[in-house]
Amino acid sequence: MNRIQKEARKESLLINMGPSHPAMHGTIRIMLELDGEVVKNSEVEVGYLHRGFEKTCEHKTYFNLLPYTDRLNYVSPLINNLAYVMTMEKMLEIEAPERAQYIRVIMSEFSRISDHLTALAAMTMECGAFTVFLYYIQAREEIWNFIEQTTGARMTTSYIRIGGVRADLHPDFKGLMDKAIKVTRRVLKDVKGLLNKNKIWIDRTRDVAVANPEMAVNYGFTGPCLRASGVSYDVRKAHPYLVYDQLEFEVPLGDKGDNFDRYMVRMKEMEQSLKIIEQAVEKMPASSSRAGLMAKGIEPDEAIKASRTKKAEERVNLSPNLQGSEKDVRPDILVKGKKYTVPPKEDTYTNIEGLINHFKFFMSGHGIRPPKGDVYFSVEGGNGELGFYIVSDGTDKPYRLHLRAPCFHIVSALEEMIKGHYIADIIPTFGSTNMIGGELDR
Amino acid sequence: MENKKVIDALTKAFPGKVTEVPDRLGDTIVRIEKDDLLIIMDFLKNRPCEFTMLLDLTCVDYLSSKGCFEMVYHLFSISSNKRIRIKSEVRKNELDIDSLSDLWKNANWLEREVFDMFGINFKGHPDMRRLFMYEGFEGYPLCKDYPLRKRQPKIPLRKITK
Repeated sequence: MNRIQKEARKESLLINMGPSHPAMHGTIRIMLELDGEVVKNSEVEVGYLHRGFEKTCEHKTYFNLLPYTDRLNYVSPLINNLAYVMTMEKMLEIEAPERAQYIRVIMSEFSRISDHLTALAAMTMECGAFTVFLYYIQAREEIWNFIEQTTGARMTTSYIRIGGVRADLHPDFKGLMDKAIKVTRRVLKDVKGLLNKNKIWIDRTRDVAVANPEMAVNYGFTGPCLRASGVSYDVRKAHPYLVYDQLEFEVPLGDKGDNFDRYMVRMKEMEQSLKIIEQAVEKMPASSSRAGLMAKGIEPDEAIKASRTKKAEERVNLSPNLQGSEKDVRPDILVKGKKYTVPPKEDTYTNIEGLINHFKFFMSGHGIRPPKGDVYFSVEGGNGELGFYIVSDGTDKPYRLHLRAPCFHIVSALEEMIKGHYIADIIPTFGSTNMIGGELDR
Repeated sequence: MENKKVIDALTKAFPGKVTEVPDRLGDTIVRIEKDDLLIIMDFLKNRPCEFTMLLDLTCVDYLSSKGCFEMVYHLFSISSNKRIRIKSEVRKNELDIDSLSDLWKNANWLEREVFDMFGINFKGHPDMRRLFMYEGFEGYPLCKDYPLRKRQPKIPLRKITK
């Protein structure tokens, strides 16, 4: 028996929305008590996408659990990687090299844009603005092309690693990046023209599901939803990490905290993110690799043969999924020390020390072993403050790993936000919370 | 320095009830008894500390080593831009602690999650049910004695009630 079944008045109609409803993207069930078309009361049921992320992580080594973090917020996986990795770096007290930090900023800002684009695309499409949806997704496509070029994957990137990033930027990254920025700018301009003064859009979103500042703070809102209520809190400004303190950007605020403000804040934030990316590319230190990225070397089997008689000196051609992590590129993108990073593949192939380091890194009971203690660290994710709380007991597996999922807190306020509104208002409200099943249900 | 201010204010208001935990990474960590949870949280939420936001609430299973669960609360103050971590032990023989759902509304779901995963009861919680798992789920999955690949019994089809 659900709570709402007990509480509902006899004369009102109970209806299920979800879990498989086209607008409940990411399986969530909302039980509604209706009086005509007005929502009198509701109950949100989550957990349909629960896959035991935290339990699984307790049984994986610190290095191996990284791919699981991709699957949390699957529209901005790079920020999830970053949050986990930076928590580990805080725990290990290491810092990534400067170039890696700039790469991380670029990647996380692009992810933020793709997160906002997806959220708004879903929200607008469900309100009938299909053109806008297609425009947004076109921009996201260009961003993902850029991400794919460097990381080798569109969604499950696992690109940001403890101590740095997996590989340097692709040598031709500028082309796709400029295109992504250009297309996103154009799309933002077009969408602004289509929606900002659109009567239908304003009627459906203005003054709907208002979250005043007290309520937003009390519910633990963070990110665009909190800022739409007029509370200025952005982790990038409040607790600067990476090189955000050296970059100029504004934190856009809303004034009412309704659906329209949540849309506007996301739109403005994307513009700021584009600005951050342009500054970061400008300021990013050049790669110190003498040979240049992806220079030709000898084939791995030749290197192995050569290493049988003498120490192989030549650069080895790595397989395409390792390109960009060549030995001479590594000082720019990964911390020094064999304790925290996978040893260079060239060494693993050609000399015994490299091979031993490789096994020492991956053998169970060895690898990354942070000192005992607990740590909390958070970054600004697409939805808000994305934090990890990790307890280490000194072994190579976390004793406890907890994710502070930003949309968990926002969705828990959904019941209150839709109360007294029409059924049709649930759709844009739900869209504006940007509920992501992967991080909500874990 | 700011860290000190909060802890000074706390020890002044609750002498003998608050223990500071030194942290090598510089985070503010405080350990309290579970019976004092509500009054200390109420004090922290209001002036002068103004920790108005409950960032996170979770639990760690130390049953095998210390014989207790440890509740971990993260609070955040927007006005002073500070975070604080509060820990409180829940002993094995009495698995309950006061609910914070009157102070922070998001505590409602967060506490349901902890109940779901660890089986800790929250006194004064308006709706103490499992959050992620279904009705009829056996055991508490995040406890250390719950095996990773444990199978659950099949639950009977639910009756349709009118």
